Amino acid sequence: MSSVYSEIILDYYRHPRNKGTLDHPQISAKDSNPLCGDIIEMQLELDKNNGVKEVRFNGQGCAISQASASMLTELVKGKTLDDARKISKDEILSLIGGQLSAVRLKCALLSLKVLKTGVYNYLGSENDSKQELSEL
Amino acid sequence: MPVVQKSTTSTSKTYTQEFSDNIPVLPVRGQSMQRHAQVYPTKKTSGYDVERVRADFPILKREINGRPIVYLDNAATSQKPVQVIEALDRFYNHYNANVYRGVYRISEEATVAYEEARRKVANLINARDPSEIVFVRGTTEAINLAAYSWGRSNIGLGDSIMLTEMEHHSNIVPWQQLAREKGASLKYVGISDDGRLAREDIHKHLEEGTVKLFAVTHVSNVLGTINPIRELTLDAHKHGCKVLVDGAQSVPHMPIDVQDLDCDFLAFSGHKMCGPTGIGVLYGKRELLQHMEPYQSGGEMIREVHLYEASFKDAPFKFEAGTTDIAGAIGLGAAVDYLSKLGLRNVRDHDREITKYALDALEGVKRLKIYGPTDPETRGGVVSFNLADVHAHDMASMLDEDGIAVRSGHHCAQPLMERLGVASTTRASVYLYNTEEEIDRLVDSVERAGRVFKI
Repeated sequence: MSSVYSEIILDYYRHPRNKGTLDHPQISAKDSNPLCGDIIEMQLELDKNNGVKEVRFNGQGCAISQASASMLTELVKGKTLDDARKISKDEILSLIGGQLSAVRLKCALLSLKVLKTGVYNYLGSENDSKQELSEL
Repeated sequence: MPVVQKSTTSTSKTYTQEFSDNIPVLPVRGQSMQRHAQVYPTKKTSGYDVERVRADFPILKREINGRPIVYLDNAATSQKPVQVIEALDRFYNHYNANVYRGVYRISEEATVAYEEARRKVANLINARDPSEIVFVRGTTEAINLAAYSWGRSNIGLGDSIMLTEMEHHSNIVPWQQLAREKGASLKYVGISDDGRLAREDIHKHLEEGTVKLFAVTHVSNVLGTINPIRELTLDAHKHGCKVLVDGAQSVPHMPIDVQDLDCDFLAFSGHKMCGPTGIGVLYGKRELLQHMEPYQSGGEMIREVHLYEASFKDAPFKFEAGTTDIAGAIGLGAAVDYLSKLGLRNVRDHDREITKYALDALEGVKRLKIYGPTDPETRGGVVSFNLADVHAHDMASMLDEDGIAVRSGHHCAQPLMERLGVASTTRASVYLYNTEEEIDRLVDSVERAGRVFKI
């Protein structure tokens, strides 16, 4: 079994990319994982074509939740919101690599849930997406 | 069974005596006692044969990621010896029936075994009588029963309930609910930095004269602190204050004598003491149980039912509405047999030795902080720690990769986490089958986590 605590994960955890806050985000969302006490906030600044111009995450918690949030910021930057909403949990899991137990999946996918919540709210389609969000 | 239907004097003793004349010795009692009669030494811990004990626990043969499992989450639940598993198996395969009112053979056998389990539990904690033993689902339900039934009749406006900062949520939330409902208040006993109760807080609160109940854990599920219950009850009783002890982490691990402790209630769970899940115990002094209202009502707990009123059986039966966890109680009885054979003194000595070994070994790990008392004499087999800034869940996941089962998080003690100033801890908790070699594996794995996290 390959450990989820790879050099890459530890590097993103110890040296997070795109951590912080934005001055004028159009999209801002926050959620927590009660099991671990992980907290993730995601902020996005958009260009006029609904492309993700800037993105930041902020939060605290376990290495999996924080590293995956940082990886997600890199993945989403430059994408249009339409593409951003299509990011699948498998994409996140393959970025993380390694085996995750069912309980720790929640940590890994918290940032994706936060991102999608923010995007759907912005697009006014949160009701269509409840099912998807509840599965994250 | 005429005795049950008359029932004004029905106690478990009556059942046992009644049936023991008519029924051949049950397999439940006979077999397990014979099988292990000569196996375990009863006096010295030096003769404690941990390998022999381990052989009784089939799950310990399991491998995780190619290595034998190291189970160190005993404060959450213990593993089950084959003797307990077989007792459940025998019940369901040979005499499964509902208890008390069946007049046929296997119902009588089930009733005998159920009441025999009550008697065994009473003996284990030295209760005066089996009628002081109420079967419930677990510690949480035991405390809820006390809060609902005793609390609602004895706590009123302006009264207070004294708790400690080291309580498990199950010994906090029921009292919060009761206090809110009754207009009572909660008073907390603080703890020192090394996890001991602030005795001056206890005296201060008691002297205010409003404290009607002190609900306190015997052994902290996070810090391992063993609280001096006997002294605490002495203090509380001087002020007319009753004492409820959360024994979830003590009854499985050490000899308990409720007459010596003089606590008014003692709550504990079967599944943490080698028994099945779903069964637990509320011990209460007989005079208190007798005057308490039922907790739930319905079948089996009644004496007579008419269209507009009903009367209830005596304790403990008035607290056991509906069909109870018969198999669970019988399994718990087998667990009590198992522990009694080993000797709770030996179990405590073994726990203490392994805990001491773990404390010494973990102390050698750089940047590792251990919470709770450092003296193994005054702590149970619970060791909570954090390694530098490594999140407890990451630590637990890394240990899991090495086949080591520990717990991480707030351990249902968020007020204590706040007091300690941490979000979570990793907790290793030992029991009668753990070995020094397993602690070595724990320490190796913790050190590996340290290397991976570059601390």
